[in-house]
Amino acid sequence: MPFLALQGVSKGFGPTNQRTEVLHDVHLSLEKGEFVAIVGYSGAGKTTLLNLIAGLSRPDSGTVTLNDLEITSPGPDRGVVFQNYSLLPWLTVAENIRLAVDQAFPNWSAARKEQHVEQHISKVNLLPARDRKPAQLSGGMRQRVSLARALAMDPQILLLDEPLGALDALTRATLQDEISRIWQENQKTVVLITNDPDEGIYLADRIIPLTAGPRATLGPSIPVEIPRPRDRRALNHDPHFKAIRRQVFDFMLASRSANRVAITRKLVLPDLEPEDLEQPRYPLGRRTPLRRHEIKRETVELP
Amino acid sequence: MKRFRFDSLILPLIGFALVVAAWYLSSSTWAKELPSPSKTWEASRDYVLKPFEKRGEMDQGILRFTWYSLQLVAKGYFLALVIGTPIGFLLGLSATFTRIFDPIIQILRPVSPLAWLPLGLVLFMGAGKSASELGALFTIAICSMWPTVLNTAVGVRAVPQDYLNVARVLKLSRSKTLFKVLIPATLPYMFTGFRLSLGIAWLVIVAAEMLTGRPGVGGFLWQEYNALVYEHIILCILTIGFVGFGLDRLMSLIEGRFKTG
Repeated sequence: MPFLALQGVSKGFGPTNQRTEVLHDVHLSLEKGEFVAIVGYSGAGKTTLLNLIAGLSRPDSGTVTLNDLEITSPGPDRGVVFQNYSLLPWLTVAENIRLAVDQAFPNWSAARKEQHVEQHISKVNLLPARDRKPAQLSGGMRQRVSLARALAMDPQILLLDEPLGALDALTRATLQDEISRIWQENQKTVVLITNDPDEGIYLADRIIPLTAGPRATLGPSIPVEIPRPRDRRALNHDPHFKAIRRQVFDFMLASRSANRVAITRKLVLPDLEPEDLEQPRYPLGRRTPLRRHEIKRETVELP
Repeated sequence: MKRFRFDSLILPLIGFALVVAAWYLSSSTWAKELPSPSKTWEASRDYVLKPFEKRGEMDQGILRFTWYSLQLVAKGYFLALVIGTPIGFLLGLSATFTRIFDPIIQILRPVSPLAWLPLGLVLFMGAGKSASELGALFTIAICSMWPTVLNTAVGVRAVPQDYLNVARVLKLSRSKTLFKVLIPATLPYMFTGFRLSLGIAWLVIVAAEMLTGRPGVGGFLWQEYNALVYEHIILCILTIGFVGFGLDRLMSLIEGRFKTG
C-alpha cells in the first residue's frame, strides 16, 4: 500500500461551458521516505498538482490519499514550501517558525517549543539571523527559513513547490546541497516540483516528467540509481546521469511538440492600412483610419 | 550642510513671506475689509500670548478653544474608527456584504457635514442639554468614517493569497487568521484610512461648532465674525491649519511605531 497515492486525478478551472482542464487522469504513488521530483514546463499544472496533494484544492475527479486517508483540507502533516517563500513579513525568523510549531504541537511547553525552533533554525544554518525580519534576509535565506518552518511541523510529507525557482543559479546550487543534506538526516518523504531536470535528477530517487499543458498528465517514472552522496561535479561525467537527462528532455520536448501540432488557429488580420502618423489626420485629411475594404482604386507603378 | 539648511529652512520661510506679502497687498488694495497682518497681530496678541486664560465663556486663550475642539474630535474620531474598521473588514472579506452595502456607502459618502449636522441634532433632540454634543459627535463619526471603511476594505482584499495559503496549511483558526495574518497585513492600509479620517474629523468639528455655537475654535470664529472682529477669523484659520498639520504629523509618528508593511 503506497504512502501517498493519486488515482485518476483531474482538475480544471473555469465555468462549466468554458472549462480548461489543467490536469487529466494523473496517477502517482509514493512510498515512505522516497524523494520524488516532478519536472514540467511553467504553467503546465505543477503548482495545481502540489495544491491537490497539500489539500489546498480538491480534485474534480479521482482521489488523493495519504496513508489511505483521503486528503480533504490542508494541515501541518503536509509541510509546504511555497515558491514565494510566504514568510509573514512582520514576524522575525524565529517567530515565523514558532507560529508553525504552535499550530503543530499545541500541547508542548513553551520551553520545549523554544528549543524545537532553535534546533530547526540551526539545521538550516541561520542562527545568527534568528531575530531578523524577512525583509532583511536574502532570497536564499528566506527560502531556508521557509524550509525550516515546514520541517519544524514534523510533517509526514514535505511538498516543495519550485522552491529554488526565484533564486540565482549559484544560490540554487548551494541550497540544493542543503536540501540534500537535510533530507539525508531525517529521510522525510519529499515531493519536489521543479522546472529544472538537472535539479530533479541531482536530488531525487525518482524523476517523473509532467507533459505540457493543457490536460497534463504524468509521464513514466524514471528511477535515479546514482549512489548518494552525489557529487555535483562528477555527475556531469556520469553516463547514467546523462542517460536519464536525455530521457527526460526527450520526453518533455516530444510532449511539447505533440501539443503544438494539435493547435491550428485561424488568423484574422486587422482591416487597417498603414498610414503616416506624422501627417495630421484632419481637418482636411481623413477622420478615421483607412480600411482595406474602403480602397476603391489603387495605382501600382510597374518598373 | 549649508545647502541642507537653505533648502529646509530658508525656502519655506520664503513661502511664508510671500503669503504674508500677498495678504498685506490684498488688504491694502482690493479687500479693504480684510485686516492687514499687523492689525491682525495687534488684535490677536492677547489670545496667542495668553493661550490658557479664561476671561469669559467665549473669550478665552486660543489654546483653550483648541482644547475644547480637540476633545470633541477625539470622541467622534474614536467612534468613527471603532465603527468603521469592522465594517471595512466585512466589506473586504465578503463579496455578498459588499454587494449589499456598497451602493449605500457610495451614496452616503459625498454628503457634506453641513447636511448631516441638522439631522444629528434632530436625532438627539430628546437628549436635552447634550443634544448639540451628541449631534456633533454623530456628524463627526459619520463623515470621517468613510476613508477608514474603504481603505480597510481595500487592504483586506489586497492581502496576498500566499499568506492565506500559509494560514490554511498551518490550520490557523478563523480568529487566529484574523489577528495574526489579516490585521498585520492590512495595517498599512488601515493607517492610510486613519490619517484621512483624522483630517476629515478635524474639518468637520469646525463646521459643527460654527453651526451649533459650541465653544471651540469654530465657535469662536463664527462669533467673532458676527461681532465684526475680523482679525480673529484669520487667527482661527491659522490655528485650525496648524493644529490640523500637527495632528497629521502625530498620526504619521504613530504609524511609524506600528510598521508592519
